[in-house]
Amino acid sequence: MSPRLLSYILRHRRSYLIGFLLGVLSSVLLMLDPVVLRLAVDSIGGRIGPRVLLGYAGLLVAIHLAVWGLRYYWRLIILGASRRIEYEIRNDYFAHLQRMHLAYFQHTRTGDLMTRAVSDLNTVQRSAGPGIMHFFGTIVSSIIAIGFMLSIDARLTLFMLITLPLVSVTFIVLGPMIHRRYESVQDQFSTISAKAQENFSGIRVVKAFAQEPYEIDEFARLNTEYIRRNLSVIKVDGALWPLMMFFIGLSSMVLLWQGGQAVITGRITLGQFVQFNGYLALLAWPMIALGWVVNLMQRGLASMKRLDEVFAQKPKIVDAPDARPLAMATGEIEFRGVSVAYNGARVLQDIHLRIPAGATVAIVGPTGAGKSTLVGLIPRLFDVTQGEVRIDGVDVRRWRLADLRRHIGFVPQDTFLFSDTLRENIAYGMETTDGHRVEEAAEISRLAADVADFPHRYDTVLGERGVTLSGGQRQRAAIARAVARDPRILILDDALSSVDTSTEEQILTRLRTVLATRTAIVISHRISTVRYADQIVVLDDGRIVERGTHDELLARRGLYADLYDKQLLEEELEEADVDS
Amino acid sequence: MSTHFQEDEILGKAYDARLMRRLLRYVRPYRAVVLVSVLLLLLAAAADLVGPYFVKVAIDRYIRTGDLGGVARISVFYLLTLLAGVTVRYGQNYITQSVGQRVMYDLRMELFTHLQRLAVAFYTRNPVGRLMTRITNDIDALYEMVTSGVVTVFGDFFMLAGIIVAMLLLNWRLALVAFVVVPALVGMTVWFSVRSRESYRAIRIRIARINTYLNENIMGMPIAQLFNRERRNFARFDELNRDHLGSHLQAIRSFALFFPSVGFISAVATALLIWYGGGQVVQNAVTLGVLVAFIQYTERFFRPVQDLAEKYNILQSAMASSERIFRILDEPLSVADSVDPVPLARVRGEVEFSDVWFAYPAAEHAGGDGATPRPRTGEPPLPDGTDEWVLKGVSFHIRAGESVAFVGHTGAGKTSIINLITRFYDPQRGQVQVDGVDVRRYPQRDLRRHVGLVLQDVFLFSGTIASNIRLGNTEISDEEVARAAEFVNAHRFIERLPNGYATEVTERGSTLSAGQRQLIAFARAISHNPEILLVLDEATSSVDTETEILIQDALTKVLRGRTSSIIAHRLSTIQNVDRIIVIHKGRIVEAGTHRELLARGGIYTKLYQLQYRDQELRIPKPVAGAE
Repeated sequence: MSPRLLSYILRHRRSYLIGFLLGVLSSVLLMLDPVVLRLAVDSIGGRIGPRVLLGYAGLLVAIHLAVWGLRYYWRLIILGASRRIEYEIRNDYFAHLQRMHLAYFQHTRTGDLMTRAVSDLNTVQRSAGPGIMHFFGTIVSSIIAIGFMLSIDARLTLFMLITLPLVSVTFIVLGPMIHRRYESVQDQFSTISAKAQENFSGIRVVKAFAQEPYEIDEFARLNTEYIRRNLSVIKVDGALWPLMMFFIGLSSMVLLWQGGQAVITGRITLGQFVQFNGYLALLAWPMIALGWVVNLMQRGLASMKRLDEVFAQKPKIVDAPDARPLAMATGEIEFRGVSVAYNGARVLQDIHLRIPAGATVAIVGPTGAGKSTLVGLIPRLFDVTQGEVRIDGVDVRRWRLADLRRHIGFVPQDTFLFSDTLRENIAYGMETTDGHRVEEAAEISRLAADVADFPHRYDTVLGERGVTLSGGQRQRAAIARAVARDPRILILDDALSSVDTSTEEQILTRLRTVLATRTAIVISHRISTVRYADQIVVLDDGRIVERGTHDELLARRGLYADLYDKQLLEEELEEADVDS
Repeated sequence: MSTHFQEDEILGKAYDARLMRRLLRYVRPYRAVVLVSVLLLLLAAAADLVGPYFVKVAIDRYIRTGDLGGVARISVFYLLTLLAGVTVRYGQNYITQSVGQRVMYDLRMELFTHLQRLAVAFYTRNPVGRLMTRITNDIDALYEMVTSGVVTVFGDFFMLAGIIVAMLLLNWRLALVAFVVVPALVGMTVWFSVRSRESYRAIRIRIARINTYLNENIMGMPIAQLFNRERRNFARFDELNRDHLGSHLQAIRSFALFFPSVGFISAVATALLIWYGGGQVVQNAVTLGVLVAFIQYTERFFRPVQDLAEKYNILQSAMASSERIFRILDEPLSVADSVDPVPLARVRGEVEFSDVWFAYPAAEHAGGDGATPRPRTGEPPLPDGTDEWVLKGVSFHIRAGESVAFVGHTGAGKTSIINLITRFYDPQRGQVQVDGVDVRRYPQRDLRRHVGLVLQDVFLFSGTIASNIRLGNTEISDEEVARAAEFVNAHRFIERLPNGYATEVTERGSTLSAGQRQLIAFARAISHNPEILLVLDEATSSVDTETEILIQDALTKVLRGRTSSIIAHRLSTIQNVDRIIVIHKGRIVEAGTHRELLARGGIYTKLYQLQYRDQELRIPKPVAGAE
């Protein structure tokens, strides 16, 4: 048993205890039902008046009324507790993920984290709820029933103890077999899915080489195998229910045979024979449930183990024990001999860079030069391997994470917006949703004009349920989101790549007024974006290879100048109109 | 992934006669087997029903008369029925489910086959994830309907009818007394199935919300952290989670009420039987055995009723799934073979475009950047559902055996030319001809068998290197595979791989370098021996110098003596082709050899400086931003 799961269960020990008591009580009462039956049958044989019969009938109804009430609360309390446990684990899971660092998410597939949160948690809940409930329910019911049966006739009881457990055994034996075969079905299912996905993704190649018939044959082959494996599950699974029914039937047949003889020889009364039949009926379902529950528990523990694996991962970027609460004064940034290695590969090498408060620095360089890593160090998306990054003269690792990030407006390279209203998206990093500031931010990022065309303006929901924004609109929304939180430091990581040049120009003009008092770092491939920066840094292969103002760098005729020449040519081509 | 969760929320009605008729068409080929299955179901129900009857006979005829042999005999009969029952029920299970499997197979194959015939445009419109859901989950929902829906509904009805008939035959008065609880039972079950359906739906909606939120927040976690949203997002998650818990607690209340209630109702029936039936026994109107059998029959009454109530959910999701599947099956083929196709056996390799106008179907989004483009004066009106002309009256002629390079800036329309020759798309105006016949008149398969394509994004299938070269074409022998690889300079590196040509390609070819993958793409095209070769060779990530030399050499060789049109990335290629056609903004602006065009100092000269000059100057790596 996972200690974590146990601690969740113990938190609800009162519920489980009360539930358990209710279950025991209801089982005891329920097992009185066959006793009443016996009394009735025996008295019918003794020719007794209708009033006694009515009394027995009334007693039976009274017993079941009590059982009805007890079982209602029994289920309510235990199943309720298991749902609360599910709720608590899910919350803790989310809170745990919130503390994990960026690299963890880059290395863990979202689908995998989802599966654990969805299907594994589901299995855990089922073993903590119906699992525990039926497990103890069956054991208690069986013990009480055996007690009653023994008090009547030991031999008949022995026969029942041989045949009835076969019902549970059937499930316990076949269950894992079915599960194993089912897993092989799931494997094949994944293979089919992978094949279909490959085909759909590579449809151009499939069509270009006229491979459709071959692909169809291949798919048919996988599909046939899928069916074959499914049938092998059915071969066992199809026997499960009939076999359990058979063993229940076998028990009643043995009872009829042995019990009938016992009545004839006078060892028991006819009423007691009926009473035995009653126990058989009452134990049939718990016996089925027991087999099911044993399997459920095994799977529940396996699932909990998978959840534990996630919980065991430690967040790498956390507050230092002596982290200081700080208010950002100026926003001066300094990289001191910063190197970053990632899986043994060097990403940044000995970077020295001082960005005075209020200055704008642009970073250019080829893909993979380390630009994103460099700016990611500032809000501690990553930590340095060597050297230090200082803000206001203090190593970022000594800041409290929340304080540090509160002062940074970050526009990442891959725009990620949430499926919420546009207003909520822009106000994402604001302490309070201030409508005026949202609109001002949208104005600065030149999104306001587009918003006017949206069905519900700022209340338009983004994503699959609402409007889908174009790449440029998404980027402008992300800029608005960063600007809206009124940061001391603004970081734009290639944030204008999908915006056309004239819109870009407008955004930059507006931004420059905003940036006048803030520290800014702008990554871009476009000269037009970076040329007005106070300092331009050219990064190549993890090193700073050139730095200076636009004019200085042009004069050097290096990488930057080359980039500039090419973009001039591009512009000329854009303008060349063939119609004229 | 999030799509997947959300689509589940939408549920329609549980029964739609039109959809049902169409679905039943898939069962029709197996109707004989289904009939057998229903017959077995009848037998199984009968075997189930005789148990209490045997008890009745045993009590009345043997136990009360003290006939030990009789008890033993009837026990043997009982055992035999049990054995018959288990066999029949197992057989019935197996038959039903295997029919379900076959139906699912047929439907899945039909869907896949249809998808293979749909045009490339369909795939650009539909994300792969959505198609995956259709071919996997939706089909499985139908399987569940066939197996546990259609057939077991019969079973439950038989069972119910059987119990009612058996009780009426044994003693109709007693039967009517027992039936007094039936309205309560049916009422309870209907109440429960309505309640559970509502709670089930409420739970599904809430779990879908949690999943969507969780999924989005895992993917956007860096943003959440950067914007200090942890506390607020947790509060939101807690809210969703609590809401989900609430709907479960609600559901538990009705669940917790239902099962004990069924027990209670059945106890009331037993009590009635004891009170009334007991009196009848005392008066000798009913035997004790009948009374005991009745008590046992009433216990069996409840399961089929419950079962039937559950079928509703299965039907509902199956209807929704079938609707989605049929929507794809009804998707028309936008690029279809002509009704009287011209077979294409031998190809000379002449390609001609005459006044071709082409526009792509528009992508679906809310509002583009800026105003919607309108055709300029002098251009034909744009067809419905398109944004912009990509090719504007393009005409050219490639002679058999001639190699032509298309050069132009990004978005000039070069790729579209290749898309039209292979008929991935059809042009809206004008004609594309191969050997003087409109490509639309050839069967697509014939056409593509003679046209080889090397794509820029080299798509490798899971399988071996050899299977990636020959693809499904088993006529291509191992020697031919090796010869093709040798011809394009791929043989050397393939042989050095751990298993040579039998080396497994993993995860879209991540074990191979970009350059090696390109060489394999050449080998793939050449091994199919096409008369016309189309090459899309745009800038890819860095290729090491050694491989680069191999690729250039391979390119030169494959172009020689074969009709080829190539979208060139390499300087060496444009220097070696017979003719260069310059496309700019959807029109042909210049044509000629490399030298001639350079001498003209037009658009080509600028393109050359932008895209190719680096290679001449041997600057090691193109600076990003030039693409």
